[in-house]
Amino acid sequence: MRSSSTSSRLLAATALVAALGLTLAACGGGSDDDSSGSSGSGKTADANSLKGQTITYWASNQGTSLDADKKTLTTELDKFEASTGIKVKLEVIGWADLLNRILAAATSGQGPDVLNIGNTWSASLQATGALMPWDDAAFQTIGGKDRFAPAAIASAGAAGQDPAAVPLYSMAYGLYYNKKMFADAGIANPPATWDELVADGKKLTTGGHYGIAVEGANGAENIHHIFVLAKQRGASWFDDKGAPTFTGPQQVAAVKQYVDMIAANKIAAKGNAEYVQNQTITDFATGKAAMMMWQTASASIASHGMKPDQYGVVPVPVQTAGATGDAGVTSMVAGINMAIFKDTKHKDAAEAFVKFMTSTDEQKVLNGKYGSIPPVTEAQSDPAFQTPDLKVLAEVLAKSAAPLPQVANESQFENLVGPAVKSLFADAAAGKAVTDDSVKAALTKAQQQMPAS
Amino acid sequence: MTATAPPRRTPEAGPSSGKSAAGGRLRPRIVERLRQGGLPYLLLLPAILAELLIHIVPMFFGILISFKNLTLFYIHHWNSAPWAGFDNYKAAVKIHQPIGEALLHSFWVTLCYTLLSVALSWLLGTAAAILLQDKFRGRGLIRTLFLVPYALPAYAALITWTFMFQQDTGLVNHVLHDQLHLTSSKSFWLIGDNSFWAMVIVSVWKSWPFAFLALMAGLQNIPRELYEAAAMDGAGVWQQIRKITMPSLRPVNQVIVLVLFLWTFNDFNTPFVMFGQNPPHQADLISIHIYQSSFINWNFGSGSAMSVLLLLFLLVVTAVYLLVTSRGRSENDV
Repeated sequence: MRSSSTSSRLLAATALVAALGLTLAACGGGSDDDSSGSSGSGKTADANSLKGQTITYWASNQGTSLDADKKTLTTELDKFEASTGIKVKLEVIGWADLLNRILAAATSGQGPDVLNIGNTWSASLQATGALMPWDDAAFQTIGGKDRFAPAAIASAGAAGQDPAAVPLYSMAYGLYYNKKMFADAGIANPPATWDELVADGKKLTTGGHYGIAVEGANGAENIHHIFVLAKQRGASWFDDKGAPTFTGPQQVAAVKQYVDMIAANKIAAKGNAEYVQNQTITDFATGKAAMMMWQTASASIASHGMKPDQYGVVPVPVQTAGATGDAGVTSMVAGINMAIFKDTKHKDAAEAFVKFMTSTDEQKVLNGKYGSIPPVTEAQSDPAFQTPDLKVLAEVLAKSAAPLPQVANESQFENLVGPAVKSLFADAAAGKAVTDDSVKAALTKAQQQMPAS
Repeated sequence: MTATAPPRRTPEAGPSSGKSAAGGRLRPRIVERLRQGGLPYLLLLPAILAELLIHIVPMFFGILISFKNLTLFYIHHWNSAPWAGFDNYKAAVKIHQPIGEALLHSFWVTLCYTLLSVALSWLLGTAAAILLQDKFRGRGLIRTLFLVPYALPAYAALITWTFMFQQDTGLVNHVLHDQLHLTSSKSFWLIGDNSFWAMVIVSVWKSWPFAFLALMAGLQNIPRELYEAAAMDGAGVWQQIRKITMPSLRPVNQVIVLVLFLWTFNDFNTPFVMFGQNPPHQADLISIHIYQSSFINWNFGSGSAMSVLLLLFLLVVTAVYLLVTSRGRSENDV
């Protein structure tokens, strides 16, 4: 009896080890699917040879939810599969996870074939070498570089290098204002300069209502606004060599001007200092704030029940009326780019997919659904993008938008300066004085923590 | 069944018989050994393999990376990142330089947070466990209610707290300011100085049921006779708690305090869900500070060095704690 039970225990143990081994093999064996990928020689592949291939696509969250995006994109991907025979395995990834997933993919070499990236990450991700550079030959496979708006291309990688990605959706900031609140306060026109904005804001701040709402605890939003405010003063956050220049007087003035909306001018509610979940849009759409500076917000505003005729959109104010050049910049070039993972085994299929997504027809469909502006200039003339607000934003994108600094350390800039502005807002909300000195001290501290370029 | 079992071989029949013979006998010998004493090891093997894969190998690579200059320029070919020697460690411990200064600040915040959270959790847990020791109507219900924070998914609970702490529309300010008029204006809880206290409150809320649960179990092991005898000798409630309950709970307390300390010191969920990737300066816990260095600043070498320092610190604290508490206990036992 004893021997038999020992044998069965031995067997059980062996089975356990074998099972574990199999499990580990299954977990670890995430190698690429099936079919022989094309060699990736850069030559245009024969359409037939791509048939039956499967590529993986990581999409960013553009719509109201991950599921909604999945539905939207699946319809389009089915069209792609029907015309090319290439199957696309789609995964929509939330913004909170996307960068980490990309970093993990870059480190392990196990990633998707095609992926969406926030355009402000372009230079940083380009520096990792994980993305395929879009040289002229690559651009030819999708119809050439000049199909895209120059500002959008400029935000797809560091200057002087081949872009790391291709623009997919473009967005720009505009000043949204509540028509009725303006009329009630006796203001005929929306502000064109910051002085006017502050004056109007003061008139509108009354009885629990505020002139403007800002997303004070959102580091990325803070960065986008102080970038524009510094640019209008002719200042940049990095010098030509990519070294940080956070502490210049113009940069300090830019940050102070932004924080003063809560601090000195009190045209935004103190509570805005902790806004991080798009409460700004809620405040604007519900009439708690009369203005906001936001990117292509019509869909979000509508979701709160505000109708398009109740608000207007104009370019974000400038320092002096009629300013041009850098002084006339009113927005960063916001948007989503599409990149091919360098380690892909299906380069030709991936290029075919990017070609499809950036085709004029598809650009109209996708940007129409997401309320963004097509970076493909030919698609912009579609009636879907001729609504009053999108016309203004497209104009901003074409004439007065500038890309955020395309330097490798851009993400650190966002991570260090964004929170610094957030804590200045917190000081202002707590009633502490925000002075040039305190702003400079915060920016100095951020700059000291920047890695050597 | 016994009759079918192969006859046992004696150990002497083994290796001395030359190579060719040894090959033939090796297998039965291994089986024999396994039968005699190897089985436990074989059964342990999956666990050891899993431990290696999940803990030891990543830890090894973590330590390796801490000696490398692994920034965004190298993550795609991370094994080609240049060696940094002790540079990452030097940067982390130079407390008069920005990186070291920020780490030290984060360390102090974490230490204060941990000490407060552990002390309050333990105090609440002990008090509740003692109060619920005697049977009364509804005790089961109250016990269940007390354990709810422990049973709730951390993320859902933390997000709810975040809503409650919002300045404008949160429940906390509604009660403190609108209902009780305790504050002159609505306070900020998620930014500024109060963010630290908001984090401590949530942490205590989250952790104390664990102390309560473990201490409740510990209390079941104290014989009732001890209390009865003490009561007959005229000991009051406080004296009973001091002289009977606390000494009897000592081994349980030793574990609870250590485990709570380690959990709280490494707490990532609380600050991350409450404040996002960039917590306020006052609530900059070390786990999220390291996360920022690694995943936001993309300096994995520096992040790993900080992690190794954290590991060393916690190892030292644990060793000293166990040494001190065990010595105290053995002296007591004597």
